[in-house]
Amino acid sequence: MNDVSHAMPMVLAEGVSKSFGSNEVLKGISLSVAKGEVMCLVGPSGSGKSTFLRCINHLEVVNGGRLFVDGELVGYTQKGDTLFELHPKQAAAQRREIGMVFQKFNLFPHMTALENVIEAPLHVKKMPKAQAIARGKELLDRVGLTDRMGHYPAHLSGGQQQRVAIARALAMDPKLMLFDEPTSALDPELVGEVLDVMKGLAQSGMTMIVVTHEMGFAREVADSLVFMDGGVVVETGIPREIISNPQHARTQAFLSKVL
Amino acid sequence: MTDSRPQAKPLATGSSPSLEAPSHSGPIRAVKLKHPWRTVIAVAIIIFAVLFIIDASQRTAYDWPSVGKYIFDRRVSEAALNTLQLTIYSMVIAVTLGIILAIMRLSPNPVFKSVAWFYLWVFRGTPVYVQLVFWGLLAIIYQSIDIGIPFMQPWVSFQTTAALNTFTLAVIGLALNEAAYMAEIVRAGLLAVDKGQEEAATALGMTWFQTMRRVVIPQSMRVIIPPTGNEVISMLKTTSLVTAVPYSFDLYTRTRDISAETFNPIPMLLVASIWYLLFTSILMVGQYFLEKRFARGVGDRKPEKGERTGPFTGALTTVRDASTGSTALPIADKNGGDSR
Ligand SMILES: Nc1ncnc2c1ncn2[C@@H]1O[C@H](COP(=O)(O)OP(=O)(O)OP(=O)(O)O)[C@@H](O)[C@H]1O
Ligand SMILES: [Mg+2]
Repeated sequence: MNDVSHAMPMVLAEGVSKSFGSNEVLKGISLSVAKGEVMCLVGPSGSGKSTFLRCINHLEVVNGGRLFVDGELVGYTQKGDTLFELHPKQAAAQRREIGMVFQKFNLFPHMTALENVIEAPLHVKKMPKAQAIARGKELLDRVGLTDRMGHYPAHLSGGQQQRVAIARALAMDPKLMLFDEPTSALDPELVGEVLDVMKGLAQSGMTMIVVTHEMGFAREVADSLVFMDGGVVVETGIPREIISNPQHARTQAFLSKVL
Repeated sequence: MTDSRPQAKPLATGSSPSLEAPSHSGPIRAVKLKHPWRTVIAVAIIIFAVLFIIDASQRTAYDWPSVGKYIFDRRVSEAALNTLQLTIYSMVIAVTLGIILAIMRLSPNPVFKSVAWFYLWVFRGTPVYVQLVFWGLLAIIYQSIDIGIPFMQPWVSFQTTAALNTFTLAVIGLALNEAAYMAEIVRAGLLAVDKGQEEAATALGMTWFQTMRRVVIPQSMRVIIPPTGNEVISMLKTTSLVTAVPYSFDLYTRTRDISAETFNPIPMLLVASIWYLLFTSILMVGQYFLEKRFARGVGDRKPEKGERTGPFTGALTTVRDASTGSTALPIADKNGGDSR
């Protein structure tokens, strides 16, 4: 990891803040995710983890600070000291580079697994259909769903649905993958199959930010762990060290609940 | 779970029904519950209906020979075709315009929102009959239609009466009124689609318009189609108001005109009713197939070979019930893991 940390980080947050009305959810988040790094984001409910992920993907507009993905300012263009809001088309173009996986899968229920995966390559990337299908099959194969390509989401188990969702995000060839509690909606016996896919992805060198309560995954797979509470980063460091020896009382209290 | 309790009790009291358990393990054969009152009421209704039909067939006021004579009368069948055309053209325009208006109302653009709101306010706020009379008077209010830049010599200019005949005016009048109602139906359908769907599509880099067209609208169809079927059938009958334009070649106006000549209105009413019923029946069949088409992925698709069915069937039946009956069930639930 040392060799990549000097290069431009994949995600750089500088004092990012976000409010919904008078409710300040993010109060100046600063962190950096190197290329190829896997970062786990943990924290109690309502601490702003999802909101931060959504800001990175420009699903929410940042109110303060600066957020860069691969050196590019998210949501705005800067000319001199002036920021200009992006046109929705430009924002959509930024999102294409970022894959996102949701807690509730959010697969398109009227499309089969394969159709879900090829949807964006076909209609966003304008990839030729044969090529999109070949790539889609390859990806579904990779997440272990070779025999489920023609199935509708309603006919798949939760774990299978989430794996389709991962394949769907990968189909856009993202340089960054965001996971928002990808296993929280799953039955315990299905969690493993999804974590395995994510582990494989991490090993292939994908940059990932994972919001999760799976401390085993964090310890084993993540390069760094960030503990958030009340809209600020409380503690950050090597997963193993934080988990075994948390420095802050809030981190200790949280870890004692999830471990 | 609660059913298991009565079984658990004897176990606790020390008797040993667990030893007899194997005798209960086969498929259940129980005496079917009888519904004697259903049978009684059904028989009573059938008797009543038969008596009514026998009576009606002999009653001279219905004048069945005239019904038979006029049902395929050239003027009547032409009028029936006109009514069908009025219905189809105005519904096609109304659905298209309704989708546009609904999307405008939900769009992030405040200009679109206000325009759509104003349209609905005007067209839902006035009776369709009044609107049809207005369209009929269009040629008097605006004698010519000019296309061009305001305050300049128009590029094209034509007489209103020459450009728009009464049929076209009737279609415009019916369509624009109906579009306001369709817009609300479509809007309800769009709102019924889970927010997460829009989010997922956006995260994939789809534009707002692509998200609507590829993801939200197809899913909302399941919610939109049943009430739209209602609207089509209602439109079929509303066409009888086009006499306000005045357009007089639709089914109802035509049969009424014929009965004015024959001084025998009852058989002509029957003739018109039979044609309306025929069309309604055809439309209902069409609706059935459309609903099946858009139930894809959540409806009663036959499981493929080798697919496990067991735990899914329960959830799927619920979903199917929801798609044919009340449509309030949020689609999101079917996407989630909890649908299993
Ligand atoms: N669109 C929104 N409008 C208003 N408030 C919001 C919105 N989204 C999130 N919030 C608020 O922001 C706060 C943080 O929410 P967020 O979903 O980011 O927390 P989280 O850390 O992901 O929690 P969880 O573990 O429960 O998912 C909450 O208090 C929530 O009510
Ligand atoms: Mg969250």
